[in-house]
Order: sequence, then C-alpha cells, then structure tokens
Amino acid sequence: MDRNQLRRQVAHMRSSLIEQHYLDQQQFVQLEDLEDDSNPNFVEEIVTLFYKDSSRLFQKIDQALHSVPMDFAKLDDYMHQFKGSSSSIGAIKVKNECTQFKEFCLAGNAEGCFRAFQRVKHEHEALKRQLETYFQVPLDTFFLSGQLYAVFD
Amino acid sequence: MATAGEVLRRNVPESFELSEKELHVLAVDDSIIDRKVIEKLLKISCCKVTAVESGTRALQYLGLDGEKKSSVGFDGMKVNLIITDYSMPGMTGYELLKKIKESSAFREVPVVIMSSENILTRIDRCLEEGAEEFIVKPVKLSDVNRLKNFMMGGERKEKGVKKVQKRPLQVDYNNSSSAPSPLPQLSPSFACNLASLHSSPSSSPSSPLPRCASKRPRLHSMD
Repeated sequence: MDRNQLRRQVAHMRSSLIEQHYLDQQQFVQLEDLEDDSNPNFVEEIVTLFYKDSSRLFQKIDQALHSVPMDFAKLDDYMHQFKGSSSSIGAIKVKNECTQFKEFCLAGNAEGCFRAFQRVKHEHEALKRQLETYFQVPLDTFFLSGQLYAVFD
Repeated sequence: MATAGEVLRRNVPESFELSEKELHVLAVDDSIIDRKVIEKLLKISCCKVTAVESGTRALQYLGLDGEKKSSVGFDGMKVNLIITDYSMPGMTGYELLKKIKESSAFREVPVVIMSSENILTRIDRCLEEGAEEFIVKPVKLSDVNRLKNFMMGGERKEKGVKKVQKRPLQVDYNNSSSAPSPLPQLSPSFACNLASLHSSPSSSPSSPLPRCASKRPRLHSMD
C-alpha cells in the first residue's frame, strides 16, 4: 500500500483509538508531535517501555495481592506508579481502572482490589492489542536507532 | 565525562554563561517513562538534559551528597533548572528541594516540582520551601516552553521576578474528595488568572497560560 494510504489508515486508527477513549487525545498526540527525524519511533519506544515496565509492576502487585495480610499501602504505591505511567502515555481507560483499584486499597477492600486488578489487566491488554495494530509491530520488540530488537523477559 | 566545551566553560566568567543558548536541566523522576518524556520535551525545547532516577542520584550529580565536593569555581555541571517528581521512593521531591535550598552552591537554582496529584497542602509546602513552580502531570510542551522562557528571560532579573504559578482548577484538601469550589479571598489579579483558565477550553499545546504578576497570596491556613 502506498504512503498516502498508509498515512490515512494510521490517522483513521488514531482517531478511532481516541474516540473509544483508549487514548487521551492531547497526551498521545503531543507525544507523537515530539517525533522527528532523529527519533521517528519515539512513541513506539515509549509504549514498548511502558509495557515492559508494567509487567514488572504487575508481578509486584500480584505478589502483594497474595501476601497475607494484604499490604494495602504497598499495593497503593505500586498502582500509583503504574497509574502515573499510564497517564503519561495517555492511556485513559487503563488509568481510570487504576483509580478504582486505588480506591479499594484506601478502603482496605481485598475482594475489591482483586476484581479491580483484573479490570486493570483487561484494559491494559486491550490497549496493547490496539497499539500493536497501530504500530504494526508486537510490543515486545522495540526500535533503538532504527534497529529492531526483541525483548526477552 | 567532561567535553572540551565543558572544560573551556570552566574558565569563562559567569556573564558568558548567561548568554549561552543552551540551558541545562536536571530532571529527576523514578518512572522511566516519565524520564523519557520529560527528557524529550526538554530536548525539543533545545535544553541540555541530565535525567536521573532519584533524589540521591541528583544530589550525587550536584556534588551535594556529602562526598568531597568539587572545588570552588568548577562549573562543569552548571544547572539552570532542576525539575523533579514529588513522589519518589527514598527521598521525595520535597526533601530534595529542601536539600537544594539549604546548599549555598545551588540554592539560587530554580526547582520545579511535578506531581500527578494536585493536593493543595502539598503545593503550598513546596512553594513555601522555595519551589519555583508546581506542575501537575502529565507535563506538557506548553509547561516546558513556559519554564524555558522563564529561565531565559527571568532568572537574572532579581527578586521580584515574575513568578509563574500553575494553579490546579480542582483542589484536594488532604486527599478528601470535595467538589471543586471557588477559592476564598483571592487577590484580583489571581482571580482573573483563574477565571481565564476556566473560560478557555483546553487549548492547543502551544498556547501558554496567562501569567500572574504577583506572588500567589496565602489563601488560607492549613491544619
């Protein structure tokens, strides 16, 4: 497919992601605006970093959820970090689920935390699928100086 | 790691430093994503950036960590602005701010605090401790442009410098959820500032917020 078609497709997909509130327009578009010739894959790099970092945080959250007694302060702290990253890439739906989770932490509601974490993971995964299509590359690979690398965790 | 340029700069008098185009910003954030983003925002605005992951690292970089300090006159690590996240493990941005303001070498360097939470007590504390500004995350290009303009134009205008304060529209008193309500007893210029923030819809990234001419008044006493 030619460049123009590709460009239109990308623009269309981006609008759709924004309309469905997967992504916050201002934040995500701002990130894309930061791309230039010296760094044309900036957003993709950031998103890849996000998914790598979030799997690290998810492991910690999982462990903390299964510890007895449950350490709500720690859970809140981990989720706060993850929420921050989600916000930085403009992932609205994910961020909103994080807020829910934090409220359950505040309330000391273990059952609520479990459920909320499922929702966080669900939204996180849904966004990943969307972004993989958008970038046309699986998000466990990344670009560094134009070279494609795979990340093995 | 000193480049030839840095070595040469050591011998250059202070006034020459000021006319240099490239400002050096020290960015501190424990989140790798936020570090990358702030770094990019700053680089796009033609700032030299050093990004570190913690307050401790920042103090090490500045030579304030109690290790043998660099000799007087060494300005290879001259920093024009320090921008730091508030919530970080170990040393918070607030604690870092205090340490910087306590040091004779760096107390004049403007420090900006970033936070994902706009809690009024937190903002108050930071501003009172001498933070230049408090920015609610996510940081935008317009925030960075404003900071850069401030550094280029304002820094050497002496005390009585125009302080630019970014005020949140909603206030959170000690995390309790309260509906946004007008703040009491605002000075007229400040009230105008807030009013114009309310009236303009989310503007494009390049349009800057209106500037406060006067230092933000103390609005109320906090417990």
